[in-house]
Amino acid sequence: MTDPRAILEMTGIRKEFPGVVALDGVDFRMFPGEVHALMGENGAGKSTLIKTLTGVHGIDAGTIVLGGEPVAFGEPSQAQHAGVSTVYQEVNLLPNLSVAENIFIGREPRRFGRIDWSAMRRRAEVLLAGLDLHLDVSADLGTQSIAVRQMVAIARALDVSARVLVLDEPTSSLDAGEVERLLKVVRTLRDEGMAVLFVSHFIDQVFAVADRMTVLRNGKLVGEYRIEDITPVDLVTKMIGKELEALEDIEEATHRHSGGEVFLRTEGLSRKGAIAPFSLEIRSGEVVGLAGLLGSGRTELARLLFGADHADGGTLRIDGDPVAMRTPRSGMAHRIAYCSEDRKTEGLVGELTVRENIVLALQAARGWTRPLSRRRQDELAARYIDALDIRPAAPEALVQDLSGGNQQKVLLARWLITEPRLLILDEPTRGIDIGAKTEIQRLVAKLSDDGVAVLFISAELEEVLRLSHRVVVLRDREVVAQKDNESLTPDEIMAVIAEGSGT
Amino acid sequence: MTKHRLFWPVSALLALLLVDLIAKPSFFKVEVRDGHLYGSLIDILRLGAPLILVGIGMTLVVATRGIDLSVGSVVAISGALACLHLSGLPDQDAVGGTVVAVGMALGLCLALGAWNGFLVSVLGIQPIIATLILMVAGRGIAQLITDGQIITITSGPFRALGSGYLFLVPVSILIALAVFGLSSLLVRKSALGLLLEAVGGNPEAGRLSGLRSGRLTWLVYVFGGLCAGIAGLMIAANTPGADANHAGLWIELDAILALTIGGTKLTGGRFSLGGTVIGALLIQTLTTTVYTLGIPDTATLLVKALVVLLVCLVQSPAFRDRVRRRRRPVPATESARAVEVSA
Repeated sequence: MTDPRAILEMTGIRKEFPGVVALDGVDFRMFPGEVHALMGENGAGKSTLIKTLTGVHGIDAGTIVLGGEPVAFGEPSQAQHAGVSTVYQEVNLLPNLSVAENIFIGREPRRFGRIDWSAMRRRAEVLLAGLDLHLDVSADLGTQSIAVRQMVAIARALDVSARVLVLDEPTSSLDAGEVERLLKVVRTLRDEGMAVLFVSHFIDQVFAVADRMTVLRNGKLVGEYRIEDITPVDLVTKMIGKELEALEDIEEATHRHSGGEVFLRTEGLSRKGAIAPFSLEIRSGEVVGLAGLLGSGRTELARLLFGADHADGGTLRIDGDPVAMRTPRSGMAHRIAYCSEDRKTEGLVGELTVRENIVLALQAARGWTRPLSRRRQDELAARYIDALDIRPAAPEALVQDLSGGNQQKVLLARWLITEPRLLILDEPTRGIDIGAKTEIQRLVAKLSDDGVAVLFISAELEEVLRLSHRVVVLRDREVVAQKDNESLTPDEIMAVIAEGSGT
Repeated sequence: MTKHRLFWPVSALLALLLVDLIAKPSFFKVEVRDGHLYGSLIDILRLGAPLILVGIGMTLVVATRGIDLSVGSVVAISGALACLHLSGLPDQDAVGGTVVAVGMALGLCLALGAWNGFLVSVLGIQPIIATLILMVAGRGIAQLITDGQIITITSGPFRALGSGYLFLVPVSILIALAVFGLSSLLVRKSALGLLLEAVGGNPEAGRLSGLRSGRLTWLVYVFGGLCAGIAGLMIAANTPGADANHAGLWIELDAILALTIGGTKLTGGRFSLGGTVIGALLIQTLTTTVYTLGIPDTATLLVKALVVLLVCLVQSPAFRDRVRRRRRPVPATESARAVEVSA
């Protein structure tokens, strides 16, 4: 599919990491004067592909042709010299330096070996004016809004005579007005002939700005599409992928929930920048599924219910009484448990043993002066190692040495021994093998039968639909629909997720 | 056996003792003289007692990802206040007055520890900076208490803390042993040890598990202050008197070294009080060894530094790997990069 007009052509890109094939024969090309969106779920290989393009990672197989010349970047600086500039999410800016310094850091205009400050300011102003941005370039970057910082990062990328501009999640922390402004800049750059690679989780933005998109899934290429040839629903289907046909066959379990007492109810609960006001009811014994793309506010919603973050608006009632859920301890006091999606940084203490990790929450609730006896700890650990089939069945093994699925079970065990009334599971089955996955799903069903309310978050719609009595759909940090799961299909949910993006 | 966390520090300690034994065959001899145990080994324990105390306190602080640089100054303040009170007594040998002096000093040290804990856990100041404040200011406070003079004391009961004997054994050893025993019991029989390790091992996971890390952090700084206070009394009693300029000078660095040798990582999490005691004894043995070998004063510090460097290298997994790799070269692959595969 060689096309002489392409500025960039990556063919058969393969990248392996120990134990993982991150990219498997991926083709990707870009044209001058086009915005090309790279789409895929988390873990699909988007970041890895970008990193092979920008020289962060070398490639194991395949070719990269830039402007007609085969290239091989061993270093990010080589890619930059060749005309590939990258703007990551704020990471490579220095808030304590001025706007101008940030743009020219490492390439300061010099005169007689010394930095020519006035030339630097002048050139910074010209560059920013090109982006329709007029501000005092000697001000600290830290005093500027996130949107301005993003523009500064773009200005810096442009100054190195870029031919390809990579924007990795440029809008993730911007509000609606700022997003509009940024998209306008992107369009301007495109009209000037730049090839722009645009990565975003926000589907409506992608449809608003992109001319072409490439979809990846599990490190493989799904396809390249012109924007007019694809609908948002198609896109979501392609991103989520393979089991769609298989899903049709799944027997329709009786998903109707007989309905226990309302355990938890929110009215307009919200947190600025995290989740728009939402109202939600969870009954005892009910499994409520949260569906939505990554970044749609699923985790943010769950964290408010537990007290991992505190809400700045609305009310939360437990058993009908208003409750101020300010810290995880308040969540625990009301017998709510939260298994974070990020097992490593927010869940387990790797250098402690399985037993210690299992008793941690219960022990923390009791305080250090009321220790669980060693015998009780051993009992609890043994019982849950057995019940959840944690392997190896060694309570004194270090948690960091366990596989992902077994770590997840340890985290589950930690919360199960606190006998919660509401168990929040954030992506409990991500990255674990199919056996462990099934066991966790079975456990959720059993807990529900025992009257425990479960809030189940998963990127896999199939899983959410199989387990949930009710599905809450989120899009762009907002609850957009709540549906009883009587005969919901993944297509219906995807239609809701994709809705409102202009088609 | 090399897997055991205390294997290397204990080996290093034994190696040093062996050097001593070769240099001076009578080194291991312990005899009873005037109803006192007497010998080089007893000296090591007796002189190492203050460092053991400070090290135990520091270990718990480090377990929470903290550090306490102020312990040396707290040592000086503790001794200064006790000696000031004693020197004003009509009868320094009165037990009542001595108890009051000790009580006042330890009370102040608890308060100083609480101050550190307040800065770290409530105001959220980085531990190294928070305790640096008291490290600098504390010496000044000690000098104010003593009015810049060295206060000498004669109190018998007080001096017993540093140089007294009980059932043949030096009192300072008994105190260090008691503090070690009690704190080991405290951390391992209550849930304190587990919760501290969780706070230091993964603070966010700890918070989401409902740990009150602020309180725990506060507690360890108070405990660190108390340990430093007892050590300060011991040093003052051994002098006997208060030297605000030199008492406890650099002891915080020795304590950090002791716990590092003992296998507690400065990044927090898993800790070992027993390891810290071994580390402190190693440092004290080293000092004694330098004298035993008759190394000239001018070279003492250098020799100590070299031995410490050696001990640290032997303990370093990276260094051991490198030595092993010399014999069997393995290409340094990109394994470190693999961590980045997140997306």
